[in-house]
Amino acid sequence: MRKVRILAYPYSVWMAIFIVVPLILVLLYSFTEGDIRNLAALRFSTRSYERVLEPIYLKVIINSFVLATISTLCCLVLGYPVAMIVSRANPKVRGMLIMFLVVPMWMNFLLRTYAWMSILSPNGFLNRLLEVVGLPKLEIMPGKTAVLLGMIYNFLPFMILPIYTVLSKIDKQYIEAASDLGASKARTFFRIILPLSIPGVVSGITMVFLPAVSTFVISGLLGGGKTPLIGDLIEQQFMWEGNWHFGSSLSIILMVMILISMAIMSRIDRNGKQDENGYSKA
Amino acid sequence: MKKAAVRIYMGLIFLFLYAPIIVLIIFSFNKTKSRGQWAGFTLDWYVDLFKDRTITEALYYTVTIAILATVISTIVGTLAAIGIHYMRGFGKNLMLNVNNIPVLNPDIVTGVALMTLFISAGIKLGFVTMLIAHVLFCIPYVILAVLPKLRQLNRHIAEAAMDLGATPSYALRKIILPEIRPGIISGALMAFTMSIDDFVISFFTAGNEVSNLSIVVYSMARRGVKPTINALSTLMFLAVVILLFIINKKSGEGEELLL
Amino acid sequence: MKKRVAAVIAIVALLAMALPMSGCGEKVVLNVFNWGEYIDLSLLDLFEERTGISINYKTYETNESMLAKLEAGGSSYDVVFPSDYAVSEMIRKDLLLPLNFDNIPNFKYVDERFKNLGYDPENKYSVPYFWGTIGILYNKEMVDDPVDTWDILWNPKYAGQILMKKDVRDAMGAALKMLGFSMNSKNDEELKKAQQALIDQRSLVAGYYGDEIKDLIANGDAALGLTYSGDYMELYWDEDADFSHIGFAVPREGTNMWFDTMVIPKTCQHKKEAEMFINFMLDPDVSYQNAVTVGYPSPNTEAMKRIMEESPEVFELDAFWPDDEIISKSEVYVDLGEYNSVYNQLWTEVLVD
Repeated sequence: MRKVRILAYPYSVWMAIFIVVPLILVLLYSFTEGDIRNLAALRFSTRSYERVLEPIYLKVIINSFVLATISTLCCLVLGYPVAMIVSRANPKVRGMLIMFLVVPMWMNFLLRTYAWMSILSPNGFLNRLLEVVGLPKLEIMPGKTAVLLGMIYNFLPFMILPIYTVLSKIDKQYIEAASDLGASKARTFFRIILPLSIPGVVSGITMVFLPAVSTFVISGLLGGGKTPLIGDLIEQQFMWEGNWHFGSSLSIILMVMILISMAIMSRIDRNGKQDENGYSKA
Repeated sequence: MKKAAVRIYMGLIFLFLYAPIIVLIIFSFNKTKSRGQWAGFTLDWYVDLFKDRTITEALYYTVTIAILATVISTIVGTLAAIGIHYMRGFGKNLMLNVNNIPVLNPDIVTGVALMTLFISAGIKLGFVTMLIAHVLFCIPYVILAVLPKLRQLNRHIAEAAMDLGATPSYALRKIILPEIRPGIISGALMAFTMSIDDFVISFFTAGNEVSNLSIVVYSMARRGVKPTINALSTLMFLAVVILLFIINKKSGEGEELLL
Repeated sequence: MKKRVAAVIAIVALLAMALPMSGCGEKVVLNVFNWGEYIDLSLLDLFEERTGISINYKTYETNESMLAKLEAGGSSYDVVFPSDYAVSEMIRKDLLLPLNFDNIPNFKYVDERFKNLGYDPENKYSVPYFWGTIGILYNKEMVDDPVDTWDILWNPKYAGQILMKKDVRDAMGAALKMLGFSMNSKNDEELKKAQQALIDQRSLVAGYYGDEIKDLIANGDAALGLTYSGDYMELYWDEDADFSHIGFAVPREGTNMWFDTMVIPKTCQHKKEAEMFINFMLDPDVSYQNAVTVGYPSPNTEAMKRIMEESPEVFELDAFWPDDEIISKSEVYVDLGEYNSVYNQLWTEVLVD
């Protein structure tokens, strides 16, 4: 089956052109200054990087990481049960349930975020409801909690889907064998189901954490611009300030930090072994 | 007891997911454009929808590109995922990490970098470049969706089939693909989701000929988004829901729908 | 299942190839690039009927994103609608074609006060489209002090009820004006003071927003906000909702007068037709209809005369027709050249603090 590898070659060519080359461009911008229009007129400079390493920007990057980690964990904790519940539901209903979990994401993102603003703002739906019931108002928006909520909202389906697809086909025989051998439901879960679902969990974490680190609209609108994240800063540089060099440096630093943390994570997980398919054993 | 807990939990999750959608739909009937007040019920925005050339044009491109990008990225992504799955060592890790870059990069960086790439190569920005860009950020999601299913596969099944005389192509089509089908479908779903809502990357790679709904919506932000967009979103939502129910009715009893 | 998928792909591919065919042929197509929701779309149809020229209308969100696309090349636009400081930047970067005013006779209807402004001193490249000011939008029920100076945005009484604009020029401008300096200041000391004022203001500010401010204030989520005059006009002209409890004031220290303009970028393929379009937009009837739809004051004197006849009360509003005293103290943003990055850095530091 090793020959099957060639199926990946077209994509690797694509990646080289459309991912690597633009990456080199970004790298180029990050290490230069000058008119961005004229590639030949760029001069080498590390000024953008010097600026990135200033404490206030590092603080923003760390904030982004922390927020992304928290929202990823929340998505995992909230989403895993959903995946399990749907995987155990009536087969006829499963497909529909999944679709209904995904369909909200097809509504325009800005509209959905505006809707959250209408719900969470000081005089928004939630607070008005609380007022009617006689409960104290919540000061969620603008603020970090609102940003977190917004992030979880946007990324939850991306955590649920991959976990579900793995859970739905876990060989029932494993579970039956376990209960035949006297394992409790909890034990069966932690020793059999959870480990088997790890590939799905890993994909889910990837699809939530990575975009979460670089997200921006959510923090701008739900955080009131007071908790700027690295994504906000980068967007600001490109869209509002025309400073592509600084924006590029920020992006490169971000990328490097993420790749390093991913490498550290896989080092910690891996006990030097790879599983039979060549993936690091989690 | 457990069933009630399950029902309540799922109910809460759906409430969470749909709260903004309900708000969005409510505003599509609001007489005023402002989200600060309810000024009465109206269907005007739904009528306006068809008179707005920017929106109808954008809708066409949004849906077309989303479908095409989903199809292309699902095919390429699935094949690539299978290929990557059977790789080992450095090559495999490299592919996996590079694959993550579009997911990790802020949209603005991808958009600007791609635009520069196209322009430097002398390619005119338009439908094709926007499509390429969409395929670009969709494929990683397909791969990330298919890989877990591949890892779940019993790796000996394919080999066993070939020992029994199947060609690799047959093993692929009749054994592997059906087993990973849920992954493929969920990858397609995620690709579609990513494509239909993209703004930044589309804006920079679209040139002056095409646009999409997100571009239209974000461009309205300075003046206030017109509820015609809410109306459109509501209609799209209804269309999808109706479609789902039709598909569900058509498939037989106890048969797994798609996933 | 496979066959159906193949059929769908085939149909979509055909559709995809079919539509964009409209580009070729004898008809001239003008590529117009504007802000979203900033024109009466029926005027485009009218232009097409009158002249036989087709319009390909696309929109953008900010001056900067528009500039990024234009500078990069790769797509040609015939008419674009940059704001004042963007025009200066575009002139500086040599992105514009000088207008041939022989083809734009309707230019005579433009208010004399709005010609030869700081951002295009010889008025060679631009024609004003809409104008306005920035000022303070406030909820009359939540604010009992008179709203007539910039100080009120720094008043601790309204802590947590103040919304500031996320825009670097507007925010720095408001701070500079409050301190009595010019909004186009290039004096490092003044800029530092302005930055400090903004940093001090942080604890009072509920959030830094763009256009959401008017909705937040209208909804009662905050009491005061720095906004465009146009934002107030939107609420004012709203026939269905009642926003009489919302007010707008231009501080007596003066403010920024902004102009959105029509220009022709160098990538234009059909200059004469582009100038025809600009001339069309300056036609009194067209201008009037556009102004009524968009709601902002028009630089076209004839259009304004008609609006004056129909709704004279609107001329009492600061937001629509600020009085001469305020105008004399107000400034138009000029391109700051290399000081752009200074402003940007100071502002980023305010936000990140």
